[in-house]
Amino acid sequence: MTGSRIDSGGLIDRAKPLGFSFDGRAYSGYSGDTLASALLANGVRVMGRSFKYHRPRGVWGAWFDDPNAIFGIRLADDEFPNCPATTTQLVDGMQARAVNAWPSAKFDIKAGLDLFHRWLGAGFYYKTFMWPGWGLFEPAIRRMAGLGHLDLNTVAGYVSDQLHDSCDFLVIGGGAAGLTAARAMAEAGQDIVLIDDHPELGGGLYRRGLAIEGETPQVWIASQHKAIRQAGGRIMTSTTGFGIFDHNLVGLAEDRGFSRAPRLHRMRASRIVMATGALDRPITFANNDRPGIMSVEAATEYLGRYGVLVGRHIALVSNNSFAGQAAAQLRAAGAEVTGCDATQGPIRALGGKHLSGVEVGGKRYGCDTILASGGLTPIVHLWRHAGGKLNWRDDLAAFVPGNPMEGMIAIGAANGTFDMDEALAEARSVVKSGGASVRGDHYSITPIWPKPGAKGRQWIDFQHDVTLKDVEQAARENFVSVEHLKRYTTLGMASDQGKTSNMAGLVAMASIQGKSIPETGTTTFRPPFVPVPLELYRGQNRGHTRNPLKRLPLEAVHRAAGAAMGEYGGWLRPGWYGEKSAEDAIRAECAMARKAAGIFDSSPLGKIEVMGPDAEAFVNFIYYNTIRTLKPGAIRYGFMLTERGIVYDDGVISRLGPQRFVISCSSSHVDGVNANLEAWRQDGNDPDRLFVHDTTANWATVTVTGPKAREIVAELGTDLDFSPDNFPHMTFRETVFLGAPARIARVSFTGDASYEISVPVASVETLWKTLIAAGGSLGAGPVGLEALSVLRAEKGYLIIGKDTDGETMPHDLGFGIPRLKKQAEYVGDRSLYSEVAQLETRRQFVGLAVPERAGPLPTGAHLVDTRDGRTVSIGIVTSSYDSPCLGKPIALALMECGQERMGEQVTVLHLGETRMAQVTSPCFLDPAGERLNA
Amino acid sequence: MQLFPCPFCGLRDEREFHFAGEVGKTRPKTSEPVSDADWNTYLNTQRNEKGAAREIWCHVTCQEYFVMERDTVSMDVLETVALRKEPS
Repeated sequence: MTGSRIDSGGLIDRAKPLGFSFDGRAYSGYSGDTLASALLANGVRVMGRSFKYHRPRGVWGAWFDDPNAIFGIRLADDEFPNCPATTTQLVDGMQARAVNAWPSAKFDIKAGLDLFHRWLGAGFYYKTFMWPGWGLFEPAIRRMAGLGHLDLNTVAGYVSDQLHDSCDFLVIGGGAAGLTAARAMAEAGQDIVLIDDHPELGGGLYRRGLAIEGETPQVWIASQHKAIRQAGGRIMTSTTGFGIFDHNLVGLAEDRGFSRAPRLHRMRASRIVMATGALDRPITFANNDRPGIMSVEAATEYLGRYGVLVGRHIALVSNNSFAGQAAAQLRAAGAEVTGCDATQGPIRALGGKHLSGVEVGGKRYGCDTILASGGLTPIVHLWRHAGGKLNWRDDLAAFVPGNPMEGMIAIGAANGTFDMDEALAEARSVVKSGGASVRGDHYSITPIWPKPGAKGRQWIDFQHDVTLKDVEQAARENFVSVEHLKRYTTLGMASDQGKTSNMAGLVAMASIQGKSIPETGTTTFRPPFVPVPLELYRGQNRGHTRNPLKRLPLEAVHRAAGAAMGEYGGWLRPGWYGEKSAEDAIRAECAMARKAAGIFDSSPLGKIEVMGPDAEAFVNFIYYNTIRTLKPGAIRYGFMLTERGIVYDDGVISRLGPQRFVISCSSSHVDGVNANLEAWRQDGNDPDRLFVHDTTANWATVTVTGPKAREIVAELGTDLDFSPDNFPHMTFRETVFLGAPARIARVSFTGDASYEISVPVASVETLWKTLIAAGGSLGAGPVGLEALSVLRAEKGYLIIGKDTDGETMPHDLGFGIPRLKKQAEYVGDRSLYSEVAQLETRRQFVGLAVPERAGPLPTGAHLVDTRDGRTVSIGIVTSSYDSPCLGKPIALALMECGQERMGEQVTVLHLGETRMAQVTSPCFLDPAGERLNA
Repeated sequence: MQLFPCPFCGLRDEREFHFAGEVGKTRPKTSEPVSDADWNTYLNTQRNEKGAAREIWCHVTCQEYFVMERDTVSMDVLETVALRKEPS
C-alpha cells in the first residue's frame, strides 16, 4: 500500500475535484493540492528519474526542499519545463511529465545506466573523454545532459510586473513566529509587511497539528491574520523572499499561478525579520534514495496540509525528540508506525522498486514507507545573503544565525528556537528589545552523520546523484575545500541548490578530513533561494522599453513620403524612400543627389553648446584639433579622443562668438559626448566659468546637398547671400526663418556643397516642405540614410565606430598634424606617443578599388598577407558599396601600413574565398574639392 | 541594489549613478614631459581600496559629479560631498 487520501483534514477543497495527467495517465486531485500531493493521494510513488543514473525517485520533501520530482507541464497551449511538483499548484487539465525519463518515470529506457554506476563516479566525464579531444564527445554528452524540453513558443503575455515598495519591518515567513512578530509590530504602530511562500499562512502549524495557545491552528492563524490587517499590516501570500541584496533590498517573487509570470517586488525594508523556519535533513544510509523514503516533516505536511497519508506501514527513523509527535499524528490518521532509533547502527533500506522494510543496527522492520529525520536545519539562506555569519550549535547539531546584524534579526526555528512557546516569546520580544534569543532544552538530538567507508550506495545529493563514495573520491583527489567538492562532484548544484544535500556533503568531508564541522564551513549561499524565471528580472526592461528609439519631429512626414524607417544609432530614421526595392531606391537617390541635390533629415546631429569665459580653452582641450584659432562664424572638423588616444567621436565645431561654441557630434554619440564634456567640466575645471548645454532636441535640421543645393536654399527667403565667396565651405550663418532663429552651416558629409539648416522644431515641417517643393522643380528630392552612407564613402568620409575600431588613433586616419604641432594640452595627447602609438605596423585608413564588374567586397572581410606560407590578417574591410555614381564598387578599410602600400594589390579573404583589390586613397570622388567648394 | 545620496537630489537607486574614478587622481601636466610609467599609472592604476574608499560618482539623471566615501566591504555609504566649491 502506498499513499492515499484521508476523509477529512487539510486545506484542500474536497468539493472541487481537478483532473490532470502524469506520464500519460489520468488522475484527479483537489483544489489546494500541489501536483506532488495529488499524485501521492493517487498512490503514485515514482515521480522522476535521477539526473545521472536514471534511478527511480519519489518525493523527499513537500515544498521547496524536494530535489526529485521535476515535471514538464503543459496546460492548454502553454508548456513549461522543470516545474517542481511539490511547489506547483494543481490546475484542472494539467498534463505533466517527468523530465528525465522516457517513456515514463516508472519505466525509463535509460534506467540501465545505473548498472554502470561503478564507472560513472565523480569526474568520470572529464577524465574519460580527454582523448583525442573533449570537443569530439561534447555534443553527444550535452544532448544526454540537461533536464527538460524547452518549448520554443513564447507564452503570450508572460511579462513580470516589477514593483518597488518599502516598509519598516518585513517579516519573512508566516508561521507561528512570523505571525506573532508581525502582529506585535503592527499593533505597535509599525508599517509591516508579512510574506509567506504558501498560498495559506501558517507555516509548520498544520503539520504540527497541535493546538496553539488553546486554539486549533486554523482558528489561531485566522485570528492573527485579522489582527495584523486591523493594525494596518500588509500580508502577501504565495510570495517568496528569494534574495537579500545591498542596503536591505529584498527580492520578492509573487507567484501568480501556472503560466503567468511571477511578479517582482523590490522591497526596501528598514528592518527584516527572518522567520523562515527549519528543514528536516536526510539521513545518509544505504539505498536512501528509494521511492517511499521521505522526510518526517514532508509526511506530516502532506497529512496536515493536503489530507494525504503517505503510507500504511511506516518505519520512522529518527535521531531527535520531535519524532514522537509526528508518529502520534500519523497513527491518528490510520497508519501503523514503528519508531526506529537511527543512532543504533548502520541503516539500510530493503526492497527494490517497492520498499519492503528497513534494517537498523542489524534489526529488520517491515514497512512500505520510511520516514527519516536527521534533525532540523534552520533555513539561514537569507541571513547569509545579507552578509550575516553562522554559528555552529553542538546542542542542535546545526548552523544558526550568528552575530547580530543591523537591520535584520532571525526568530523561531530559523534561529534554532524549535520549541513553540519559546519561539512565540522570541517573536514577541522583537517589538520591545529587537529580538532576544530564548534558549530552552525542549529539543534534543543525537547527531548522526555520514560515515566514510560505510557499505552500500548512500545518496547525498539526490538530484545530481552524488553519493558518499563520490565525496570520498573527491577527498582522495584533493578536492577537500567544500567549494571544490561542490564543483568537482556537482553536489548542491542541482535546481534545489543543496537544500537537502549541503549539510550531509560538508559533514562527510569534515569526518573524512578529521575536522570539525565549523572548521569545514559551508559553501556560499547565493540568491535566488528558489528557482525563478529569468523573466522575473527582465519585466518591462526589454526591447524598446529598455532602450527607447529616439524619434524625429518629421517622422510622420517621412512616412507619408513612403520612407522605409529603420534604426540608425538609436534613432528611427528614413533608410530610403518609395515603392522600389531597397537597392533600386538607394541607387536612384545616390544618382539624384550627385546630379541635382538630395534633401535629408539630419536632426539627430549633435548640437551641444559650450559657453562661458573658459569655453575656448575647454574646447581646445577636449578636441584633438586646435580650436583656439577658430574665428566666430567659422567651422572646424575635429576628433574627440579618449585619454588612451583612441578616436571616440568626430564632428564639427562652430564658433558662435568669443565665448560660445556649438559641438555638432555624431548622431549616435550625443549622450556620450555630453557626458564626457560634463565630466571634464565638473571634475577638472571651474564649473562656474563654463556651461555645457545639449540642445539637440530643440533644433531640427534638414540638409541639402548637391550641385543644385544653392539654388534650393535660396528659395527659403532668408536675407543670406549664398554665393561661394560670401558663404564658403566650413562657415555658418545665423538668420531668420518663419520669424524664428535659424542656423545654416555649410559643411558636407557627401563631398558636394551642402547646407545644414537648423530651425526650432516647430518650424521644421514648413522648412522640409519648402525645400522639397523648391527641389522638386530642379530634379532634387529626399534621400535616406542608406544613400547617404554610399555618398560619404565615395568621398572617403569615415564613420567612427564603423571605419574605426577600439585601437584607431587620429594619425591612422591621415590626421597627423595636431599630434606633431599642437602645443596646448588635450585629451589623449600623451597616449599618442606611447610605444604602441608609434608602431610602424599600425592599421591605417585606406580605400580599396576592385574591377568594375567584380561586385563589392564583403564588409568585414580580412585583408591578408600570405607571404611566408602563412595567412595573416593585416586589416579589415570596414565599408563597401557598389557606387552608382562612379559605376564601380568601392570599399574603405583599415590596413597595416596602408599609407605606404598605395597602389599595391592586396588579398581579401572572406569565408574561404579570396579576391584581389588595389590599395588606394579613401577619397574616390573629387579629390581636388571642386564640387565641395562650388 | 544600493542607495546612494546624491548631494543634490537625495537618496536614489544605484542604477541612476555612474562611477567616474577614484578621488585624487590628477592628470599629469602633458605640456611637459610625462614618463611612460607616470602616464600608465594615471591611465591604469586604481587603488581599489578595501574598506573606506573615496570616489567620484556622477548622478546621471541630474548630471552632477560628487565625491562619495563608502566602505567597499560592508557597502555602507559614509559620506557624499558636492565637487563644486561653495561660492565665496
